[in-house]
Amino acid sequence: MIWNKEAECMSSEGKKEIQLERLQEIVKKAYENVPYYKKRLDEHDIKPEDIKNLKDLEKLPFTTKTDLRDAYPFGMFAVSDDEIIEVHTSSGTTGKPTVSGYTQKDIEIWGEVMARALSMAEAGRSDRIQNCYGYGLFTGGLGVHYGTQKIGATVIPISAGNTNRQIEIINDFETSILTCTPSYALYLAEVLEKQGIDIEKLNLKAGVFGAEMWTEEMRAEIEKRLGIDALNIYGLTEIIGPGVAQECMEKNGLHIFEDHFYPEIIDPKTKETLEEGEKGELVLTTLTREGMPIIRFRTKDITALRREKCGCGRTLVRMDRITGRTDDMLKIRGVIVFPSQIERALLKIKDLHPQYQIIVTRPEHLDELEVQVEASPALFSDEVKHVEEVKKMIEKQIHSEIGLRVNVSLVEPESLPRSEGKAIRVIDQRNFE
Amino acid sequence: MKLKQISIFLENKKGRLKKAINILFQADINIRALSIADTADFGILRLIVPHTDEAKKVLEENNFVVKVNEVIAVEVPDQPGGLDGILGVLTESDTNVEYIYAFVEKNSDNAVVVIRTEDIDEGIKVLEEGNIHILSSEEVNLL
Repeated sequence: MIWNKEAECMSSEGKKEIQLERLQEIVKKAYENVPYYKKRLDEHDIKPEDIKNLKDLEKLPFTTKTDLRDAYPFGMFAVSDDEIIEVHTSSGTTGKPTVSGYTQKDIEIWGEVMARALSMAEAGRSDRIQNCYGYGLFTGGLGVHYGTQKIGATVIPISAGNTNRQIEIINDFETSILTCTPSYALYLAEVLEKQGIDIEKLNLKAGVFGAEMWTEEMRAEIEKRLGIDALNIYGLTEIIGPGVAQECMEKNGLHIFEDHFYPEIIDPKTKETLEEGEKGELVLTTLTREGMPIIRFRTKDITALRREKCGCGRTLVRMDRITGRTDDMLKIRGVIVFPSQIERALLKIKDLHPQYQIIVTRPEHLDELEVQVEASPALFSDEVKHVEEVKKMIEKQIHSEIGLRVNVSLVEPESLPRSEGKAIRVIDQRNFE
Repeated sequence: MKLKQISIFLENKKGRLKKAINILFQADINIRALSIADTADFGILRLIVPHTDEAKKVLEENNFVVKVNEVIAVEVPDQPGGLDGILGVLTESDTNVEYIYAFVEKNSDNAVVVIRTEDIDEGIKVLEEGNIHILSSEEVNLL
């Protein structure tokens, strides 16, 4: 189901034309209305008129999370207070939150891109969408909410938390689409199984999962255990919230809504723009934001862009699922490790609970990596020898995935923290001060 | 005659053993015999209890990983050399012992030894051929 054929199936030339026109306009607006951008562009001796083609965007300086934090709370707004009708903030997990301001039109665009996203999960007017993203300052809840209403589907604004109630509603309201973090979806599956609820009897058909990194293996696990299509959604508060990009049923990368957001991939070290298909840091420019135009925002998310034709008919560029972040990327004894690699290794092991936690320490001079994994009855035996073998097998699997020796600890079931939002997978106890 | 034993995975964390034992106490399940195998990371608590299935159920309800498996219980005289005779029989027939533990029976002069051999049927056969009395679950539970 394609929500907006005109926008999602544009010809390459038509798209470029619209993008350039919008880019020129947004740079001008930012320059004229946001002191930060005036200062930055002046420093680089660039005037908005210098943007003559899309490639000229590369001349503009990057905007970082630090820039946005320094402007806390409203320093990045490009319109007067009268025009701002809603604000959101990032979670602030890595420091002071960043604020996002929206005008009436911004909220409409957000609803539009979210309607496109949910339509990729085959959402229609008759669907009931159980929205377990948190409502509040976090953008997840309301973003999905606006999109659902735009489509005319029924939104169940249950928000995050209260798992038993979530299950009851899935059952009683015959929820057809679930929106939450992938780790919470897996937790819901666990609880459903525990309560002996037959997924065949539920009405669930799809899930739109995002706000944290997950793997292809985790998708398979969720799809199997919930009997649904699990699709990846991407977004960030700084740009708009969820709805920057979304996977279609081809499940082969996330389509970026390019008429609103302009993507680039850069080498995080040299900051040079990379070619299509090359892996690097995603940089986004908003093309239509009124309240808070953002130019070349460094997302820190690692992905690649692909332009080849998608089976769904959309011509929008696709980005690979996020495989890491330039900032939660772990460097263990000099080796780069992403938590997603460890997850992938664990999910290859049959009968293993995919609940894990990575603990990084530096007892002396060398980094140690401990992976805590929940033991399951199928992997347990009354013999020490056998349990040790299971441990070694998991260690070997992780070793072959990341090339590092790790220490696996089996912990009791349900002893690792379950999260209703972003799962905390890494506890880095090293002191780098 | 095989005897049912339950094994419980214990994380090496303060209070976990107490928690497991307390759950059984709350369920009014009496422990006939107990052994713990411990490593630096985890422990395996092995128990002989009268109602194995019920014990497994209450422990699992409390998120413990539990396994039920079979062991051999034999009676030995509670005096020097009692166990030596049994191990002699097993050694002579080349039967490998995975683990072993014993408890003293209150009402007689005998001790009860719980043995897990690599191949349990083979273990029973060897012991029977060595004229060693293997206890039935009734006999153990009634002690």
